Amino acid sequence: MTSTPPSFELVCPAGSLPALKAAVDHGADCVYLGFRDATNARNFAGLNFSEEAIVEGIRYAHARGRKVFLALNTYPQPGGDGLWRQALDRAATQGVDAVILADPGLMDYAARVHPQLRLHLSVQGSATNVDAIAFYHRHFGIQRAVLPRVLSLPQVEHAIAHTPVEIEVFGFGSLCVMAEGRCQLSSYATGESPNTHGVCSPAKAVRWQRTPRALEARLNDVLVDRYADGEQAGYPTLCKGRFDVGGDTYYAIEEPASLNTLAILPQLMAAGARAVKIEGRQRSPAYVAQVTRVWRAAIDACRAQARRYTVQRDWMAVLDNVAEGSQHTLGAYHRPWK
Amino acid sequence: MKIALGPLQYYWPRAAVLAFYEAMAATAVDIVYLGETVCSRRHELRPSDWLALADMLAAAGKDVVLSTQVLIESPSDLAALRRLAANERWPVEANDMGAIHALDGRPFVAGPHLNVYNAATLGVLARAGATRWVMPLEMTAASLAAMLADVPSGLQTEVFAYGRLPLAFSARCFTARHRNLPKDDCRFSCLDHPDGLALDTQDGQPFLVLNGIQTQSAKVYNLVGELDAMRTLGVDVVRLSPQSTGMADVVATLHAVLDGRLDVRSARGRLAALAPAAACNGFWHGRPGLDEVAA
Repeated sequence: MTSTPPSFELVCPAGSLPALKAAVDHGADCVYLGFRDATNARNFAGLNFSEEAIVEGIRYAHARGRKVFLALNTYPQPGGDGLWRQALDRAATQGVDAVILADPGLMDYAARVHPQLRLHLSVQGSATNVDAIAFYHRHFGIQRAVLPRVLSLPQVEHAIAHTPVEIEVFGFGSLCVMAEGRCQLSSYATGESPNTHGVCSPAKAVRWQRTPRALEARLNDVLVDRYADGEQAGYPTLCKGRFDVGGDTYYAIEEPASLNTLAILPQLMAAGARAVKIEGRQRSPAYVAQVTRVWRAAIDACRAQARRYTVQRDWMAVLDNVAEGSQHTLGAYHRPWK
Repeated sequence: MKIALGPLQYYWPRAAVLAFYEAMAATAVDIVYLGETVCSRRHELRPSDWLALADMLAAAGKDVVLSTQVLIESPSDLAALRRLAANERWPVEANDMGAIHALDGRPFVAGPHLNVYNAATLGVLARAGATRWVMPLEMTAASLAAMLADVPSGLQTEVFAYGRLPLAFSARCFTARHRNLPKDDCRFSCLDHPDGLALDTQDGQPFLVLNGIQTQSAKVYNLVGELDAMRTLGVDVVRLSPQSTGMADVVATLHAVLDGRLDVRSARGRLAALAPAAACNGFWHGRPGLDEVAA
């Protein structure tokens, strides 16, 4: 156990108590989790923490010098504030190290009623620039902001250099090609979106249909993709399908791929990012263990000898195994992706 | 209720834009939003051109609002945002929380791309200087009613009532990508698509429209049948979003319905002929946005 807090934190997802323990055991500095309700954006059956599990999770993490962040990152819908405010009230007494919020009204409540509670701005708050971050800092005293995955590496470096707020960047996991918090495609097709229901391309709208030539994946009546025999079918996330544009059929918006910034880890650390976030609360404890171990090794290698840092083949082998669509990308961090 | 012309989402040649606004000056719109909200590479109109349009429209009796870009990525995006926010002549529509910070307490319109989903957030924005807010496009009538039960006094409400819905913004340019070009060398491909580039599903259904970094609905949102309901709820302004042809007739049709001179059924027929695609109104009715619910 380190006696001084790390200057660059590895923040790992915990969809369950076993996943939380896996993350902590394999070297996460912080874990983030949610309650079993609509207050967080991964409100799926079988996922997330009961009251007892949170208490135990906090105890387990704190005993090992790690931090626990509570995700309350959805937008309360009109008249529904009570659920989110009570969740905040519980979080304040349970001893979480920070709450991750997106909704300004909720941030206002937290700042007024629980001024001692550390506030982190969720990526769903869509703060892509230092003036947006400054708004939340000035009005609510946020101490950290998670950047949407729309900025190139130089743009990230510039943002970090021009704000007093700690910056947390996504390092690995499923990628949103749209600016987080600014996408209503899912509600156009299904009636539910991240901002209204904490979900994108909800499972209840998914329809699989086998035709003589192909396996079709739809969200309600919208054909998202078609898979020929032998093609691996993926979950029909709306923006990751193949569509017809001007006579071409292709991934017109985004291919299924995982963000993987191992290659630019030294630059992210050198830029002064406070933390790297691993996406994946809906993933298994085994996934969390493997990914955490790789990122722990990478960060330690980078800290020890930034100049000699190279991405190890065995790190990539582990991550390849678990990547969405078995593909990696640097996403917007790499200018040509745009 | 007043009629607002929302900011132009598409990229048109300079002459087309100027002609468009000359024509709009002669219509019944009360409020005109000006400015480039989608992409900082679009330069057919310079900031000074937008300001000249503002003068022209104000002289024609319109209330003018300057809209900020929605997605702010680069230092130059931020500099442009700050310059716009610092102007003291024209009210500003803030489409990013950074704009509100830059406005520093001056009055503003809270645009539809800010995430205002509950009365508490509306209160935060009102205290920060918002004098009007534009409801998120996906918000339902039921949610709006609940919000307005608690609306800060004096805060006006505007609803997007006609046009292709701007649903998402990305760092990636999909129009350039279609031509295998990077955003930085897009060759201004958006100019080729005055109402956006159609994206269909593989079974031939129109689904979305690509407009540079913005993705829109293929269908045209149309709440002409819901204007009375809006009035009853206390909506102050209806927003109509520009399309490349027939916009003056679109305005005239909505205006006639608002004035009671035209029935909804006839209006629907006229708008169907004018719109670039089929109509939808699902969001208002708590359904998937692409649904069309009979009034």
